[in-house]
Amino acid sequence: MTALLEAENIRIRFRSKNKVRALLDRDPDPFIDAVCGVSLDIKEGETVALVGESGAGKTTLARSIIGLETPQEGSILFQGQQLCGLPDRAFKPFRKDIAMMFQDPIGCLSPRLKVRSLVTEPFKIHGIKNIDVRAEAIRLLEMVGLTEAFAGRYPHQLSGGQARRVGVARALALSPKLIVADEPTAGLDVSVQGEVLNLMARLQDETKVSFLIITHNLSIVRHISHRMAIMYLGRFVEQGNSQDIFAHPCHPYTKGLLAANPNPDPDKQKEHIELKGEVPSLMSRPSGCEFHTRCPFAQDRCQVEAPPVTEVIPGHRISCHYPL
Amino acid sequence: MTNSSHTNVLDIRNLSIEFSTTRGRLKALRDVTLTVPKQKIVGLVGESGCGKSTVIFSILNLMAENASITNGEVVFEGQDILKMSAQQLQSLRGDRISMVFQDPMTSLNPVLSIETQMIDIQYRSSANKKEKRKRAADMLDHVGIPDAIHRLKSYPHQFSGGMRQRISIAMALLAKPALLLADEPTTALDATLEAQIVHRLRQLQKDLACSILFVSHHLGLIAELCDQVVVMYAGEVVEAGDVRDIFHRAAHPYTQALLECDPARIEKATRNLPTIPGDIPDLVNLPSGCIFQNRCSKKVKECTTSSPPGYRISPTHTANCFLLAKGDDI
Repeated sequence: MTALLEAENIRIRFRSKNKVRALLDRDPDPFIDAVCGVSLDIKEGETVALVGESGAGKTTLARSIIGLETPQEGSILFQGQQLCGLPDRAFKPFRKDIAMMFQDPIGCLSPRLKVRSLVTEPFKIHGIKNIDVRAEAIRLLEMVGLTEAFAGRYPHQLSGGQARRVGVARALALSPKLIVADEPTAGLDVSVQGEVLNLMARLQDETKVSFLIITHNLSIVRHISHRMAIMYLGRFVEQGNSQDIFAHPCHPYTKGLLAANPNPDPDKQKEHIELKGEVPSLMSRPSGCEFHTRCPFAQDRCQVEAPPVTEVIPGHRISCHYPL
Repeated sequence: MTNSSHTNVLDIRNLSIEFSTTRGRLKALRDVTLTVPKQKIVGLVGESGCGKSTVIFSILNLMAENASITNGEVVFEGQDILKMSAQQLQSLRGDRISMVFQDPMTSLNPVLSIETQMIDIQYRSSANKKEKRKRAADMLDHVGIPDAIHRLKSYPHQFSGGMRQRISIAMALLAKPALLLADEPTTALDATLEAQIVHRLRQLQKDLACSILFVSHHLGLIAELCDQVVVMYAGEVVEAGDVRDIFHRAAHPYTQALLECDPARIEKATRNLPTIPGDIPDLVNLPSGCIFQNRCSKKVKECTTSSPPGYRISPTHTANCFLLAKGDDI
């Protein structure tokens, strides 16, 4: 498998104070780092999951891949072509190959358009004229398991699961090579969640599309992703093969996240390494290892010295002084 | 029956609620019976649209205007809530029964400090302001807010989501209620905070000796927190029992399917997850027979003609399904 997308050392900063405020406060660096030196690659036909708590920078990183955020540093190569620093107009052709499924399934569908127009809107945007729009809409709806009857409906007439399917159909319209899915199953019932995930797996087998999935639901990550990256305060703390990480998490944060996921068996409750407190603010990052404030295994060294990234086995990288 | 009123805080018996809509009468709850024993945590589980929230709101008698209660009673500490006057209800709400809502971002007043809100909520108490402030600080301390005395002056926006949900729990528990209703209190929170809140709830329930009715669609949380579980589907209770009855010996095909669907229970990684095909039936035009028949993989002939009665599988475990016909009827 060759790398479809290679992101290297991505850094995305947001201004935290306006210029006048920063001047008055004599703040030389009025920015926060939402994403901080992150490297990620996605191969053809592969599913990579980004996991972390809210505010970890998962969505910001994903948005930079489709050009909705501009990284201040780093490079994003898509099939060998640089995406970083491209002006909007030059980015447009890449959006045919990289599609996005947004978080809110109903909110991302325009309430005034019928499903037929929604799924064929990408053709209009990219000026593709020599197609039969009607037939194309039916083909796309069939792909995601919806009947022709849905073409005439408005978004409010769809259930959450159906709206998700329309979102998938729309992302598939231009046969992209990569789909970025932000929380594809948030707000769905377990019985419907399986349908959406199976659909995504089937489409991957058929079309070799790659997925970057953002989620905080660890139990689905285990089933659907080939590789995963765990994010904390804008950095990757652990990255590697999903099966390896689930079998043997090396970073205390990963272990804490896995333990926080309750087991649906009253007699099989896991050992709880409870993570203390909450995610610290990006405005005041902790010194040393940024996780030491919540880490149950933290030692003195963790407070002063930031851990380097080390490779446990090829492809499995962590940053921790005392890996488990 | 006289005995049960002593051991149960809440007894919902044969409750049916309909909503009048432009399409006709929507039968949201049909013959719902559930009990919350003293000092127990009961989990109410089901998918969206199954009537979980309608049950919760009927307990507080906070129904929408188009709702009508066609049958049944909601007995709290021996009295039927549905027959109470507005005044009686008011003295119950927030005192003997209190509630934690789903979204901690909207359940607190953004323009009042936590202190003001926590003192205001003790309006029934004859204690002076200083004592009330002390109680508020103690309760915040109890739910795990560090430096509670000083944080009292803060406003909701100065707290994170997990902290805000803890504050709502503290407020709900200030009056030492007999029954706490928790409507998906952790869905807006991250998994690590969810675990923290759930552990805290367990501890508080023990310390304050109250009962909790915990509504959720998260099976893992229910398994971890609850003593008893009630499973609802499309407005009916399909199965009820001890937490181990439900998670180890599920008897109703819907409960079985729901458990099978949970990816957390599937040990081996798979790219083909089980689902429950089909949709929930239209609650305006109900099909005859069992409510789950159109999605059930174990359908038999009786299922299409009459609705299954409740069968008692063990003293603690009941389910409504014809497959259990060998057991005794309730």
